[in-house]
Amino acid sequence: MTTTKKNNLPTILVIAGLLIFVIILENIRSVFPFLPQIFDPMSPLFTVLKKAAVYSLVAVSMNLLNGFTGLFSLGQAGFMLLGAYTYAILTVPAELKDQVYYLFGGCAFQFSFVDFFKGIFGATGVPGAISMVLGCLIALILAGCVAGFFAFLIGFPVLRLKSDYLAIATLGFAEILRAIFQWQRLGPITNGANMIKGFPTFSSFNITDGSGRVVLQLSTFVPFLITTVCVVIIVLLINSSYGRAFKSIRDDEIASEAMGIKLFSHKMLSFVISSFFAGVGGGLFAMYVANAQAKAFTSTMTYEILLIVVIGGIGSVSGSIIATFLYVACSEWWLRFLDSEQYIGGFKVPLLRNGFRMVVFSVVIMIIVLFFSKGIMGSREIDLNSLFVKKDKKKGQK
Amino acid sequence: MGEQAVKNALHIENVTMQFGGVVSVNNLTLDVPEHKIIALIGPNGAGKTTAFNCITGVYQPTNGLIEFMGKPMVRNFPKGKILKNYLGENAGKYKDLPVIAPTPDEITFLGIARTFQNIRLWKSMTVFENVLTAKHMRAKQNVFSATFRGNLSEEKRMREETMALLSEQGLDEYKDELATSLPYGLQRRLEIARALATDPKLLLLDEPAAGMNPQETLELADFVRTIREKYDLTVFLIEHHMDLVMNISDYIYVIDFGSEIARGLPQEIQSNEKVIEAYLGVSDEK
Repeated sequence: MTTTKKNNLPTILVIAGLLIFVIILENIRSVFPFLPQIFDPMSPLFTVLKKAAVYSLVAVSMNLLNGFTGLFSLGQAGFMLLGAYTYAILTVPAELKDQVYYLFGGCAFQFSFVDFFKGIFGATGVPGAISMVLGCLIALILAGCVAGFFAFLIGFPVLRLKSDYLAIATLGFAEILRAIFQWQRLGPITNGANMIKGFPTFSSFNITDGSGRVVLQLSTFVPFLITTVCVVIIVLLINSSYGRAFKSIRDDEIASEAMGIKLFSHKMLSFVISSFFAGVGGGLFAMYVANAQAKAFTSTMTYEILLIVVIGGIGSVSGSIIATFLYVACSEWWLRFLDSEQYIGGFKVPLLRNGFRMVVFSVVIMIIVLFFSKGIMGSREIDLNSLFVKKDKKKGQK
Repeated sequence: MGEQAVKNALHIENVTMQFGGVVSVNNLTLDVPEHKIIALIGPNGAGKTTAFNCITGVYQPTNGLIEFMGKPMVRNFPKGKILKNYLGENAGKYKDLPVIAPTPDEITFLGIARTFQNIRLWKSMTVFENVLTAKHMRAKQNVFSATFRGNLSEEKRMREETMALLSEQGLDEYKDELATSLPYGLQRRLEIARALATDPKLLLLDEPAAGMNPQETLELADFVRTIREKYDLTVFLIEHHMDLVMNISDYIYVIDFGSEIARGLPQEIQSNEKVIEAYLGVSDEK
């Protein structure tokens, strides 16, 4: 830690290698069609990878606030909702708006970033693709900004509260937002309780040829890339002077204040940055599920992310990422078999029926919380620089 | 108050701190001249730490004025319901002047650093990080330049200064250990090093010798003198340990039940009747 000249090349190589690996993984079956079904872009493997990439960004952003600054906030789903809606509203193409908002007689907000850039660069071919990418990127950044701005506004009253009170206030904020976004009066903007769809999703990033056949799959690579960039920014922040100040606030507020660290502005900073990335994560989530609907952003979603943070280790970025991949893989894929009747030979395995997965899942989580309360990583990190064997940071995916 | 020939680093005037119906500090007036080591002593519960907390902004005094380097830093007067229940003196003295209520970080920024009676190091951090983090206040960078490494020379400067500070204090061999894993005496020393990292002009030490053995206490006295010379500091300390106080103080204030009962040079205090009484109690035969 003390040496200023640290060689970060191995870390950069590992991350770049991982991203290239994702591209290869999702395209390998189009080159070698004899590979098993699992490498098909439609298989659960890629669903898990996409969802986990999105969730790991939100988990890391929550860890920044709860784990590194010691502010126990439960508003993550609310900020995701803001991000998801901002992204959706800003990118639905104008020609689809009337169709999406048909219950409210069209959208009050006709602007779309994708259209805007298509107007500049052109609507088809490579210029069209560039317009879409640019439009999505700017919409995602704005999604984060809107979430961050709301965090700034509610931060003034809320950040004066401590621990459980802060948790209750932020949870309440998220629930209020969910209700407001389902309000019929706001229909022309939020489409009421109905979903907004028609905006570019992850599969819009697949490169196709003229006839619409996919040449290069990028639908898993895109969330990985965006998450990686965001997580790298968060890690850089955590390792900077500000990150140290955040940690000091977590350790001992009174000492931090006595050492000249402005408590309120640092808490606010952490809150806004965390919400910014939750907002970006919300935008990504909308891309993942291909719609934006307030109903999805329940407090259950916050708890899910909190659980991931706890399982991974509070105060460990790599722990959060590993835990996200494990958690999502378990809930979306590995434990799915528990939900249907299974036969071993002629013997019907008892208990297995719809819903049993959640029972097993709850037990596993209880065991983790009871016996491994520090989580997978505790507060340690995987140092990619010191790895001899280049294990992936996101090893949980396999 | 005081001769103007000597410049006061800290000037406390009529400071009263009242919690509900309890007056913890009553009409305290004292001066801490620059480059001197001044001690505030008194039996348990005399209000010494409360006085410190008033100076460092943890508490807003109910009444009184605190000046730092000749400028008013804290000022308050009792008003409303508090005035009705006010038990102290000089209630109206600062009534017409604006209230000044800085937060602890603002006071630290002015140049007053402190240590704590019960050590408050950041426990998840190493020795090195503890001192480095205290440098954050004066770092010339914002959150963007810090995150995107726009100002690497500033970070480098902070790290070098931290390293220099640690080797001066003889803590460099422990730099990568967790702060809380150090022996008690070294933790105290680390707390002082951390306070020094904020570039203070006035150092407030809250019972620096608490829990130290005689050898460590002796070293501490030398240590405090050394850092005063080296960093051109003024030191104001609270202490129970009479050997240490008599050894290093230039001037001593004694308080009991929140009020000053004596002030003077160490020899004078040692023979002061009231002080002996406060510390040992009154004998029954008298």
